[in-house]
Amino acid sequence: MSKPVKKYDDDPNTTGHSWDGIEEFDNPMPRWWLWTLYATIVWAIGYTILYPAWPMVNSATSGLLGWSTRADVAAEIAAVEEANAPMNAKLEAADLTAISGDADMGPYAVSAGSAVFKTWCAQCHGSGAAGAKGYPNLLDDDWLWGGSIEEIHTTVSHGIRNEESDDARYSEMPAFGRDELLEKDEIDQVVNFVMSLSGEPQDASAVAAGAVVFEDNCSSCHMEDGSGDRSQGAPNLADAIWLYGGDYATLTETVTNSRYGVMPPWNTRLTEAEIRAVSAYVHQLGGGE
Amino acid sequence: MSILDKHKILETNATLLLVCSFLVVTIGGLVQIAPLFWLENTIEEVEGMRPYTPLELAGRDIYIREGCYTCHSQMIRPMRDEVERYGHYSLAAESMYDHPFQWGSKRTGPDLARVGGRYSDEWHVDHLRNPQAVVPESVMPKYGFLERAHVDGKYIGDLMAANAMVGTPYSDDMIASAQADFKAQADPDSDYDGLLERYGDKVSVRNFDGQPGVSEADALIAYLQMLGTLVDFSTFTPDASR
Repeated sequence: MSKPVKKYDDDPNTTGHSWDGIEEFDNPMPRWWLWTLYATIVWAIGYTILYPAWPMVNSATSGLLGWSTRADVAAEIAAVEEANAPMNAKLEAADLTAISGDADMGPYAVSAGSAVFKTWCAQCHGSGAAGAKGYPNLLDDDWLWGGSIEEIHTTVSHGIRNEESDDARYSEMPAFGRDELLEKDEIDQVVNFVMSLSGEPQDASAVAAGAVVFEDNCSSCHMEDGSGDRSQGAPNLADAIWLYGGDYATLTETVTNSRYGVMPPWNTRLTEAEIRAVSAYVHQLGGGE
Repeated sequence: MSILDKHKILETNATLLLVCSFLVVTIGGLVQIAPLFWLENTIEEVEGMRPYTPLELAGRDIYIREGCYTCHSQMIRPMRDEVERYGHYSLAAESMYDHPFQWGSKRTGPDLARVGGRYSDEWHVDHLRNPQAVVPESVMPKYGFLERAHVDGKYIGDLMAANAMVGTPYSDDMIASAQADFKAQADPDSDYDGLLERYGDKVSVRNFDGQPGVSEADALIAYLQMLGTLVDFSTFTPDASR
């Protein structure tokens, strides 16, 4: 290494490095920059003492402040729960039918229920609760298992046809075609009859025969007039509201292979207060009874 | 600073520079990585974890093949908003049998770490076939081809053997009956006692896609429906110091 040299008197020193005759000045770092660097080093030392940092043999240093992510999130959730605790306790103790009329509980339940709905229910029932094919619309007054707040509460708590809850609502429509309970032309007739209940059949001449097939095979659940039976979750077939579709092809598919809509039980994932809130929310959407 | 003056020796000897650089990187790596093998709190012990069943493992492979991880994470962070939305934050132990893990870093879609049991099988079929049919706001592509692609699990034993090699506790018995278990889990009419004996009573045996035969959709839905369901959090007390 050559010695630092100055070409001109007011030049700063060079570093003494020389590559093929090219040299570089040894300009000092700006003071503010240098002191910032020192400050960050001091900060880092303090930080590793106060917060979890260094891995030791069997565990890492936990830091003087004792901070942890898990404790943090637990505290945050506890704070929110504590703030809501009086209202949730009131909600859990209240008679279900009294919730919506209560000046405190009503608005709270609807707004809390709306949050629960958008997190857990919207994926099937839609963010606006209008449902989708195979997933009931909750805005109308047509209910499969009942639209009173008690019935909604039961459905939300235990779900429908799932394996997890022993109290899940359960019924199963026979697959009339797949299991050869009805002939093809009988299915055609009964589909035309069902279509005639709420509108125009595809083939009016089959309706009379279909009524007989319906009487023999369907009326025990769907009732003689097709109005359904909520205790079995048997839909009303006499209105123009359809879960899977009321056209000829869809109805044929339904009668042939049956349907088996499943809803999970929510009492394992949500608290009782949350279930009551979302029940109140669904109940006030438009169709609550 | 005489030691700094020696720098020229390093800078002018490429091989020496390489050797010394490697040494520095090695020390850095050891300091960062090695303690993780001894720290007792890296992976806490939790009850309920089991290796994936053959069908679930195949579903996991399909998940990786289709690049689901590019839009879906499987890692619920310990923050209130995530815990409220997705459920209990993820534990390291919950991905202990994942090779490779599917934590992901991008959420175009929701986190899937606890999607198991949240929706019905039929919902998953409808949703894979046409996501917008059930979630109109969704930008997810359609995966209807999965239910038409049939799989026989012929090579699933090999995949399990490979996983066993890197530490997943698959027994010889599990690997030997891999294909039988694979088929049994998607067929509730089959004799699946062996499957339950090997993997536990909580394994779901269903016709996941509702159609005859074992399709890729069966495998994927079986995998999705078990995600995050193994640890029973009602009996789990987290160590808050972690």
